[in-house]
Amino acid sequence: MRVLLPLPVVLPLLAAGTSLALHRHRWLQRALGLVTLTAVVVASLVLLLEVRADGISVVDVGGWPAPIGITLVADLFAAIMLAVSTAMLLAVLVYAIGHPATDDASRFFHPTYLVLAAGVSLAFLTGDLFNLFVAFEIMLIASYVLITLGGSQEQVRSGMTYVVISLLSSTLFVTAVALVYAATGTVNLADLAGRLDGIDPAIRNALGLTLLVVFGVKAAIFPLFSWLPDSYPTAPSPVTAIFAGLLTKVGVYAIIRTQTLLFPSDGASTVLLVLAALTMVVGVLGAISQNDIKRILSFHIVSQIGYMILGLGLFTVAGIAGAIFYIVHHIVVKTTLFLVGGLVEVSAGTGALSRLSGLARRAPVVAALFALPALSLAGIPPFSGFVAKLALVQAGLDVGQGLVIGVSLLVSLLTLFSMTKIWAGAFWGEPTEVEASDRAGGEGPLRAPRLMVGATAVLVVTSLGIAVGAGPLHDLSSDAASGLMAPDRYVGAVLDR
Amino acid sequence: MTVTLALTVGVLFATGTYLLLQRTLTRVVIGLALMGHGANVLLLLAGGRAGDAPFVSDAGPPPGAADPLPQALALTAIVITFGVTAFLLALAYRSWQHTHDDDVEDDPEDKRIAALAHEQHPPARKDEG
Repeated sequence: MRVLLPLPVVLPLLAAGTSLALHRHRWLQRALGLVTLTAVVVASLVLLLEVRADGISVVDVGGWPAPIGITLVADLFAAIMLAVSTAMLLAVLVYAIGHPATDDASRFFHPTYLVLAAGVSLAFLTGDLFNLFVAFEIMLIASYVLITLGGSQEQVRSGMTYVVISLLSSTLFVTAVALVYAATGTVNLADLAGRLDGIDPAIRNALGLTLLVVFGVKAAIFPLFSWLPDSYPTAPSPVTAIFAGLLTKVGVYAIIRTQTLLFPSDGASTVLLVLAALTMVVGVLGAISQNDIKRILSFHIVSQIGYMILGLGLFTVAGIAGAIFYIVHHIVVKTTLFLVGGLVEVSAGTGALSRLSGLARRAPVVAALFALPALSLAGIPPFSGFVAKLALVQAGLDVGQGLVIGVSLLVSLLTLFSMTKIWAGAFWGEPTEVEASDRAGGEGPLRAPRLMVGATAVLVVTSLGIAVGAGPLHDLSSDAASGLMAPDRYVGAVLDR
Repeated sequence: MTVTLALTVGVLFATGTYLLLQRTLTRVVIGLALMGHGANVLLLLAGGRAGDAPFVSDAGPPPGAADPLPQALALTAIVITFGVTAFLLALAYRSWQHTHDDDVEDDPEDKRIAALAHEQHPPARKDEG
């Protein structure tokens, strides 16, 4: 069943081209996007089951054997990420079709979105450092177009920041690939894992740090995060939601992949733990000081990335399992929260807390859809965030990293505080009396398109499902983590066939 | 040869970084392009010394052939840099359409902080002193 492996990359790319040709037929574009992404989700799920049953799946693209040709590799970690991401891409596409400002605004939304899907899938599946760069570029170029889709002044301003920062990190990435090739003579990840052991440890550390900086910019870890809260909120809601759910997580995936496969550490990594603690604290403090739903949520992304890096920094199976579980939970919950933020904006006309009030009475469904993932994000039992944080706390205490765990618990409290700020500002309180043209005030019930509410509701149910199925999912994460902690298996699967 | 190229890479990165730190969008775009060139030359350099054309026959590659892989990688990177630079120029043009100047705009958050500082510590007025 090796034919499955390239499908999540090839199908969206083919569909993107077709969708561009169909730019006059909005309905065909929609149907094509939905059908393609549904097929990709099915392929990813089958791939996940297959990898779970038979171990790592490898395909040499173009028939050139590794390490010369490009290799696609799906280990359990990649398969989990792929399945969750493609499911999110599909759900957000449904939401976007219902979102009046996205789908109608530009005939290029659908093709670009499909290219983004291909880039994300390729980033997860590639087994080659340079091909990872190409995957990042496919994903980023699509994201440049999506973030400036409306072409408004605000979007161009923040989009410029985003593009320039991303380009700078891409340039650094090419530099890093060049240095890695100069030092080892290969860019195949599995081949690199063996050859990096043989070179001077100082050079090896320098290469590791360069790659950490490159992926750190994409993942928005401290101190490389400042572009994120500035650029994400200006994009259309579905675009922000999918960026928030996936793009930074692709960066985290690349960090975990390279740090475990290429630069494995014997014990906890102090650099990563300090970065994790600072990312968590600075992110949540930024969130507290903000006054707009999307901006608060954007700063939360930064804070949450810290938890994932924390799990990696422990360098134990339990720690990385916690990180993987956290990523899965975060992708679902964060996407959902941004979709709800979009619902608030569509129904009330603004996301500014100072102008919103009393939504709990006027839009009770939206309020409920916000409350569940918000509590989950803050880590309140019995939601998925609680399970994810518990796994990380246990893993941290097992290896005696009490300090950073203490910081993470404090950050959880602050997260809850800033979530209550949104709740108290937007959902509670008396509906304010404002002029009739301003929908943020007023008395009457507010409505959002059914398709958007439906897509959001499905995601909320999914996030509840993560909490219910926490046991099996955590087992799956543990299997993936023990695979990551034994790089020999990955190397063997790619090179010895 | 290799030293010359290494120096070229250094100069490209240095001028690119300098231009990237300017306030004008066109300079930022040119700076990014220069840095991209620097990275591409570095990629080419990673293959080692120049050699003969790496035509592979049944007998395998000829002795003294150049390493073809970094050249393939550089070619890919050049195409990507080209596409992205074109997009950046389009974006800079759009920004000019909106603002009629070529400057990088201030971040709204920075403006808010500056306004806040101004409120709490108003600058001393000259005519009062």
